[in-house]
This record gives sequence, structure tokens and C-alpha cells, in this order.
Amino acid sequence: MRRRFKICAVACVTVAFSVLVCFAQDLRVPASVTAGDDASLSTSGSGKATFYLLGPGVSIKTDATLGEEIRLQGRDLRNAGEYLALLCSGTCNSATFFVTSAKPFRLTFLVHPSRVPVARSDAVSGVALPFDQFHNLVLAPATIDFQLAVANYSLFSRAARTQDGVAWFRTASGKSAGALQVSASLDAISVKRAVQQVASDPCQLRISGQRGPAGILVQTDPVHDCNGNIVSDGTIVTFSATEGDEKSTVDAPIRQGIARAQIKTAPGMTVISAASGIVLGNELRIGAKQ
Amino acid sequence: MKFALPTILVVVTVLLMALALMGAGASRGTVGIAVGSAFYGLTPKGDTPQQALTNLLVDVQRRNWDRAFESVSKTSGIDEQSFIQDWIGSNGSLRSFSSLEAFDPRPLHATNDDAEMRIRLHWTTPVGPIEDVRDIRLIREGDVWKAVWPRVQVPNVHAQVIPVNYLRWDLVTGGAADQWGSGNVDAPHVRIISMNAVDSAEGAIVMGEVVNEDTIPAFVNVNAVLVDRAGSAIDDESSFDKIDHILLPKQVTPYRIDFPGFNLKNVKNVRMDVKATLVPASADPVIGVMKQKIDSDVQGKSVLHGDLLNQSGQTVNISHVIVSFYDNNAKVVWVADGYVDRALLPQSTESFAVEIPKFVASRVQNFHVVVDQYTLGRS
Repeated sequence: MRRRFKICAVACVTVAFSVLVCFAQDLRVPASVTAGDDASLSTSGSGKATFYLLGPGVSIKTDATLGEEIRLQGRDLRNAGEYLALLCSGTCNSATFFVTSAKPFRLTFLVHPSRVPVARSDAVSGVALPFDQFHNLVLAPATIDFQLAVANYSLFSRAARTQDGVAWFRTASGKSAGALQVSASLDAISVKRAVQQVASDPCQLRISGQRGPAGILVQTDPVHDCNGNIVSDGTIVTFSATEGDEKSTVDAPIRQGIARAQIKTAPGMTVISAASGIVLGNELRIGAKQ
Repeated sequence: MKFALPTILVVVTVLLMALALMGAGASRGTVGIAVGSAFYGLTPKGDTPQQALTNLLVDVQRRNWDRAFESVSKTSGIDEQSFIQDWIGSNGSLRSFSSLEAFDPRPLHATNDDAEMRIRLHWTTPVGPIEDVRDIRLIREGDVWKAVWPRVQVPNVHAQVIPVNYLRWDLVTGGAADQWGSGNVDAPHVRIISMNAVDSAEGAIVMGEVVNEDTIPAFVNVNAVLVDRAGSAIDDESSFDKIDHILLPKQVTPYRIDFPGFNLKNVKNVRMDVKATLVPASADPVIGVMKQKIDSDVQGKSVLHGDLLNQSGQTVNISHVIVSFYDNNAKVVWVADGYVDRALLPQSTESFAVEIPKFVASRVQNFHVVVDQYTLGRS
């Protein structure tokens, strides 16, 4: 019983002392400060004190006079986040305040992928993140305007509000090969990216050929995808020539839409076929050499 | 009496040295380097076909070309320079970087004046050990046997101008000043289009094919992880050189991953992972694969053979042939590879052969050959 009484007495004395100290020196901070802006903290009491400011990437120690304002310069409040102000004169008194990001200054715009086959649904996506001039992510909602265009022809337009500092879109790729211009705009800030739209798989692979002195010269018709785009140069077309139980193959790259190969075979009936990736072409039968 | 022991020791030592010098060449049935004499002039006389061929091969191993060529019959019609080139290669071919580690001669048939020997040549090469089998005819000339060395067919490349209009992909990387996310280039899209796991005498094998679905070249590597019944990984291997690493757009390559000493009955799952990175590449040289045919070789083994035709204007130093074999359901049942030890000169052909194991040979209905190549000065 006596011990419990002692504990209560000590606690009461401590609380009373704290209350006295608080009345003696008080530190009042603003509710919110915009990054880069000056701010002032008011104090009460009298005498000299030491002021500490601890924040994201910031640590400051200065002398202060109780009862006067403590002025904080904008360069010390560039980083958004929670700051701790500490005023010490015999005892210490502390307060926290938040620095919020300034108005959007630049947009970081990520677009994926950098290359996409034409006519693919949900193939192109973009994410925009507004930042202020001090590289703080702007969390306040803002409207970002996304635009997709091919050769000044608009394919897609959408305005998206940022949520927690992020706005995004997802859409299908266009139907023609070429550079897809993707832009994100926020007020006067605009950022552009390019996505290369490439031809899809060959749609029809047709071949023709004839026997010559050095073998059979075989070539494809211009190779298009199902949207009429010429298939990219360098795409490999595998020509196979079968004659009896012998087979010959040549992997030939497409140049300007056409793949060509010279196949040396015996002068008998030869069956020639072509394939590109998993797409097969027609079969061609070339008769025996006269 | 006090000189007896030293005298005995000296005599025994001399006797042992004499035995060592004379006896090594007389040993029979030894493979490769252990055969032959320690000193010139003490080489056993080539009075049998086997001894004559052994003498020749020992001299080849020692690169003693004059003495080796003395064991070749004048009726061969081959000059010494061509004979040497047959052994040491030329034009930066795989043979140029190889050395004859061992050999194993076996008689096929023999009469009083004529014999045929089969030699297994074991080469050490930068791409691993390679075995070559050759049948050599020997004839008696006086009291010694000499090899009738087949004339080496060197492709005759005519002087010509070959216009080079191949496609090439260069890779430009962005500078440090690039804004984050402004200039990234995605890795190529590649896909495993087939996978099959089988047990073999050496262990488990995972094989199949990969296609580059993109419009840019890709450096491809396939990894596989064997997972046991408890869900833990028991081994992790990659396709290493059993794949054509650089795939041009829409190109298909076989791959094979060996797990030596593992059995599939202990494996519940195989985790596959294909990695592709963007690399500079060239569509040149185009190498055609002509006259592909499955036959039996002289040893009765099933072999896919054919000719590689270099359709470009530059020498291909080392050609690597990789083949996927399919059954009648177009399923990959085996992947095999082989190196061509001669350089592939412009517009010329070189033959190749890839062995098909007995346990799978009867199921093979079709095949697909790809050729990987290495050219000096280009990586």
C-alpha cells in the first residue's frame, strides 16, 4: 500500500513539472508547409535556447531566443515529408509538421513496351508520375491527359486523375507499323515517348521459284502481316527443298519484304516449302531438269 | 667384393634403360600417345599394317611431318603440304586449334599386300573432345607397309566479287544523362515452343525448340531446374553450347540440357526459363544445309549427314550444326550437334555428320538443322 502511494506521488510530481515546463517554453509549428517555401515557428518564454530541425535529408542546429519566431528558409524545406522541430532550454520541447510537395514541375512518364506488334489488345501501357521542382512526388490529385498518335493521326486520348501520385492507361496497339507517339500532359508540362509498332507474324507466305544453272532460285512474294504491313527486314524465312529422301534447307532473311534463296538440288522433282517462325507457306513442286 | 653392389646396380639400370627404349614401340593395343619410341631411330619398323599406321600417327602427334609423310605411299598422289594441312587445318578452322590426343587403330581386313585399318582419332579442341573415325588403306612396299592417304579435296574458290548487302543490327545504349524511363529498349521476346524430357544412359535430358518472336536479334539461353516430389530443386543446368545462341527474328533453334547422373523417376517437375538479351548481330553469312539425309555410317550407326554451303563472301572458321529430330507427331525426340573441323570457304561446301543414338533412331521421322557459326574477328 505504501509502495503504491510512492509511485503515484512520483507520477504526479513528474506531470506537474512537465506542465510547468510546457508553460515556460512553448513551440508552435505550422500545420503544413509547401516544399521550398519559407516558414516560421513561434516560441514562448524567455531566455536562450537551442533549436533543432530533423527532416528527410535535413538536420539543422541553431541558437534561438525564446519568445521570438524561428524562421526556416525554403532551401531547408525542399524535401516533402515529416519534420521534427526541437527546442531545448534546460528541458526540451518538440513538435512535428509536414512539408508537402509543391506544384507539379515535371512528369516522369514510363511507357511499355518499347516495341509492339500491331493490333494487339492491351499491349501498350503508360504510367505518369508528377514531381515538383524539388523531385517530390506530387500526391495531390491532378489530371493528366494521355494521347497516342501515329503520324499526327490520333489513336487514343484519355484524361486520368492521379491517385496517390500515379496516373496510368492501357490500350491496344494500332494497325499500321511505324512510330507510335505517346504523350502525357499536365497543364503546361508535356512529355513524349515513342513506341515502335512493328508488323505482326506473316499472314500468308507464298513462294515461287524456278530451276536455274546453279540450282533452284526460290523467293517469297512480298511478305505481309494480316493488317497489310510489310514484315520487318531481317525476319528469317526457312526454305526447305525435298527431293526423294534428301532435304536441303536455307534460312534466308527478308530484305525489302522478300526473302530469296538459292538451293542446290539434284535435277529431279523437288518439293519446296517455306516457314517463318511457326507460320507455314505454300508448297511448290518444281519438275525434273530437262 | 665391395664393388659388387654398385656394379649390379649399374648393370640393372642400363638394362632397364635399354628395355624402356626398345620396348615401348613394341607394346600393342595401347591407345595413342603411349605408343612409339622415345628416340628417333629406335622406332619399330613398320613391317605390319598396324605398326606402320601407329608409326605414322605417332609422328603426326609429334608434328614430325617429314617422318610421318615417309609412312605415306607415293601412290597416294598427295603432296606433303596437303598432307600436313589435312592434319593441322587451315583458315582458322577448328582443326587449327585442335591437337591429336590419342588414337585407336583396329584392323578391318588384311591380305599379304593390302590391308584396311580403322582409326579412331581423339582430338582435343576448344569446344571439347571430338572423336573422328577414318578408314585407311595400307599397301606393302618391299618389306614395309605404307598408308595410301586419301587426297584432300580443298575447295577451289575462284576470284570473284560478292556484293555484301546483308542486314545488320547495331545496338546503341543511352547515355547517363537520359531521363529515367525515356529511352529503354525492351529485351527480345522469345518463347519455348516445345519441350520434352527423356532418360538416357548418361542421365536425364531436357530438349525442345525456342523461337525468337521479335523483330530484333536475341541472345538466348535456356535454363532448366529439376524439382523433386518434395518441391525442392535438385539440379539446375543450362543449354550451354547445345543451342544456337544468337537468334534472328522468327528463327527457331533446338536446345538440349543434360543432367548427368539424374533419373526422371525422381523428378516431379521441370522448371524452364528462357533468357533473352538484345545483342548486335548480322544476317550474314547465310549458310545453306544441302543434301540432308539419314543413313548408316561405316560402323552401322544412324547418322544424319549433309553439306553446308556458305552462300556469303567471307570464310566461316568454325561451323556448329545443331539438329532437332522429330517423331511422327512432330514431337522433338532428340537434339544432337556436331562441329565441322574444316573452315567453310566462300561459296563452297563442307560435309557434316551428326550421330543419332540407337534408342531413338527408329522413331525419327523428320529433322530440322540449324547452323551456328564463328568467324574470326567477329564475335
